[in-house]
Amino acid sequence: MQCQQCDKQAMFHITELETGDVRELHLCEDHARVYLNQAEADSQPEDSDDESGSIGVGQTAKELSEIDQKVCDMCGITFFEFRNQGRLGCPHDYVQFEEELEPLIANIHGDVKHTGCRPNRDKSAEDQSVLPESTEELTSVIGMRKEIREAVEGEDYEVAGKLRDDIKKILHQWQAEETKQ
Amino acid sequence: MKFEVLKSSVGEWLKGTGPESDIVMSSRVRLARNLAHYPFVGRASESERSEVEEFLRSRLSKTSVGSRLEYMNLGGLEDLDRQFLVERQLISREHADATGARGVAIDSAEQVSLMINEEDHLRIQCLHSGLDLQAVWDQIRSVDEEIEAVVPYAFHERWGYLTACPTNVGTGIRVSVMLHLPALVITRQIDKVFRSLHKISLAVRGLYGEGSQAFGDFYQISNQITLGRSESELINQVADVVPVLIDYERRAREFLLEETERNVHDQVSRAFGILRTAQTISAEETMQLLSRVRMGVLLGLVDDLHVSDVNKLLVRTQPAHLQKMKGIDLDTKDRNIERARFLRSYFESGSSGEN
Repeated sequence: MQCQQCDKQAMFHITELETGDVRELHLCEDHARVYLNQAEADSQPEDSDDESGSIGVGQTAKELSEIDQKVCDMCGITFFEFRNQGRLGCPHDYVQFEEELEPLIANIHGDVKHTGCRPNRDKSAEDQSVLPESTEELTSVIGMRKEIREAVEGEDYEVAGKLRDDIKKILHQWQAEETKQ
Repeated sequence: MKFEVLKSSVGEWLKGTGPESDIVMSSRVRLARNLAHYPFVGRASESERSEVEEFLRSRLSKTSVGSRLEYMNLGGLEDLDRQFLVERQLISREHADATGARGVAIDSAEQVSLMINEEDHLRIQCLHSGLDLQAVWDQIRSVDEEIEAVVPYAFHERWGYLTACPTNVGTGIRVSVMLHLPALVITRQIDKVFRSLHKISLAVRGLYGEGSQAFGDFYQISNQITLGRSESELINQVADVVPVLIDYERRAREFLLEETERNVHDQVSRAFGILRTAQTISAEETMQLLSRVRMGVLLGLVDDLHVSDVNKLLVRTQPAHLQKMKGIDLDTKDRNIERARFLRSYFESGSSGEN
């Protein structure tokens, strides 16, 4: 869905309930921030200067541009690119940009924790706060492929060859786990 | 080729069977999944996309579900054939219009479809006729589990299944039910219904999901939230609201019959009359009129026509279906003429009209 104010993907779906009237708003992050800031300013007068409440909404332009420059170690996407396209670059983005994505995801889903089905292989792995090891390790392959390309460009074929072997090992390991089941 | 088979058959979901199929056209669930070791489709290079396609194809062929499916390389198909698959609801419009390595695997009943390199690496879809969400869920879960055993899905302890767009993250599930609600449209209650659905964060779309304007009174209700609730909870959220909508629609139909039977009968008969005699007719008008006739059939105002006939016509009068049947490309003007010709001959020969 497109933002009602520009061409970007709408990331915020806001339903305003005003004295018996329902208003639907579909906004990209930027326009949602403007809108929410305004709504907040309207609803609360001067006295509220606590920093805790508004996550991701009350940031200054400087803070925002710093966030925009954050880069994913694996796929190289910047947070700015994500905000523009509305699509993430790779699975690792959810780890790399976790802090920035949290308020956004909370806004979309009203929740920040998955409670549904999970891959069977993970049933034994109860206590993990990040990617289950196997998946995170597999995702690191994305960054390794990038390093291979750089090594080949720099004619460092030894490094490139070693990285290729490492990738093979990681994929093999996953396959071994698979056949174990 | 396989299009010959598709052309002569119709998808299971068009058969007009299953619970509540007078109002519920179809029940669908789709799951968004990604490989852990590749960038998402939008960020992947051309060669990475090919590798993803190859990887998934070879892995799928090792599963019992995969070996039952027919794989089509979308890049190798004509525009018209891709359009045909969209009309059949086997691929999304975005998937048809995209570029690069991508494909779809479908079963002969057209219930299961696996889209490769859509917005996510893999989108599993399961589609049944009528209100049948539990069976759809059981089927798609078993397909997903089979694939999961041989494919490393990107999964995060906190965020669940990782998707290219954060609006799908978590369960990656989209549950949709397609409803035919002509009486709620005629009695102008449909907006009220939609407002209340939006309040409980359910989305409403038209037949082919583009824009919000629904042609022919067909509406798709689906969940918007995908994180923080289990798949069953999300399915139930849709499943719980559908009987309420069915009840509203039935009551509106009864109201129309009781209060304005002559009017309704007149509208239905005129719609049927135009469909049987028009010399040129657009896809939109056809859908609008078929919607009226479909309601007429269900209210007993039209003889000799079955709901499944109307369901089939809804798909077969779509642009790509017409052109595939005719065997040549047609522009809009010629399509409208061909559509009218097809409808006339269908009603003359098929269902013996009204003798």
